[in-house]
Amino acid sequence: MSSALRIAAVAALLSLAAAPAAQAHRAWLLPGSTVLSGAEPWVTVDGAISNTLFYADHQPMRLDGLKAIGPDGTEVPLQNASTGKYRSTFDVKLAQPGTYKIVTATDMTMASYKIGGETKRWRGAAADVATAIPKDATDVQVSRNVRRIETFVTSGAPSTGALKPTGKGLELEPITHPNDLVASEKGRFRLLLDGKPAAGVEVEVVLGGVRYRAKGPELKIMTGGDGVFEVAWPEAGMYWIEAGVRGAPNGSAPAQNAAYIATVEVLPD
Amino acid sequence: MRILKFSGLALAASGAAASPTVGQAADLTVSVEIPKLNVAEYHRPYVALWIEKPDQTAVRTLAVWYDTKLKANEGATWLKDMRTWWRRAGRSLNLPADGVSGPTKAPGRHVVSFSGGQLAGLAPGDYALSVEAAREVGGREVLRVPFSWPPRGAKTATATGSTELGAVSVTVKP
Repeated sequence: MSSALRIAAVAALLSLAAAPAAQAHRAWLLPGSTVLSGAEPWVTVDGAISNTLFYADHQPMRLDGLKAIGPDGTEVPLQNASTGKYRSTFDVKLAQPGTYKIVTATDMTMASYKIGGETKRWRGAAADVATAIPKDATDVQVSRNVRRIETFVTSGAPSTGALKPTGKGLELEPITHPNDLVASEKGRFRLLLDGKPAAGVEVEVVLGGVRYRAKGPELKIMTGGDGVFEVAWPEAGMYWIEAGVRGAPNGSAPAQNAAYIATVEVLPD
Repeated sequence: MRILKFSGLALAASGAAASPTVGQAADLTVSVEIPKLNVAEYHRPYVALWIEKPDQTAVRTLAVWYDTKLKANEGATWLKDMRTWWRRAGRSLNLPADGVSGPTKAPGRHVVSFSGGQLAGLAPGDYALSVEAAREVGGREVLRVPFSWPPRGAKTATATGSTELGAVSVTVKP
């Protein structure tokens, strides 16, 4: 390999490393079931980052920061949590009827800068970035990356108390309830960025079970001016929904990136 | 009108059949055949009977046959497997409910009649009687049999299932 090629290859690798979420790896939460009946049902949930959607083959999802929010909006403890080689798993007891949101939200600030001709990288909390970068650093690039990964489960009739948006980053505001999805009816959702409708954002909708199919179905849907997008489900199954926005740095303010991922189950009629 | 309403409420509370009130003599009889299946592991199906409008919104659940004998109402865990009924009606009901809940039935033909208060307040119009069966380690099937209410004469309509249900017939009589 010539030295010019070698430099190009290294540069390409570096740019890959800098991308917040490499395209090939998908992060997901996978509930064992989403629609439950009975007095106090339990749900088991897996979480991982993998190459093949819903097959744990790469990295477990870290459980610190993962929460289950009950129908009344209060946090419900995770039980029997464990992190293995390829996936994390935990149970949630649905003690009250209604809808539970299981969510992991991260807010990570990343910086790169040059000092003494050497490129340095840093990641941490937004509050620490000012002290983390030396005063004499050049080529400073800072981005703030907010990401949410969610799934939903319901005991009895669906409710909306757990689904209130936080107003931070990209979020899904259900128009169709995420635990009331069937193959014959379209699902409608509103994508929000910092609590406001996110217009013109591409949403990817992928059906699980890809190992047994040559391809897809994978849908790409653009949100309308009101942030709303509509999904005509090709068939029943477990679906993975993803959207992302990348902002440009604005003066000294860091670039604001946000990503949203949800797993929803679409049942047969 | 007031009499009808009162009668309906009283019956809902007591859950028992009462003497017919004027205009409530009509009845609806459903025959459901649960097929005998030659499978390694057989469990009696859960079955729900409900009335729905032509647009498939549920009007009323008439009967739910499930495992009512388990301790702590554990049989309710699998009510959601009757997916269509669960989404349209079951998830908003409190079960067990008097006059609605009943134990699962063995393979064979089962005939149930509904009259008086169970049908009180059913507005005149076209409906379907829906039957859904879901079996543990088995399948699920939904059948719909149309009927009009109130009946102007004795009428029977039928449907036949292919997997979890056999012949289903609905007879309405004035």
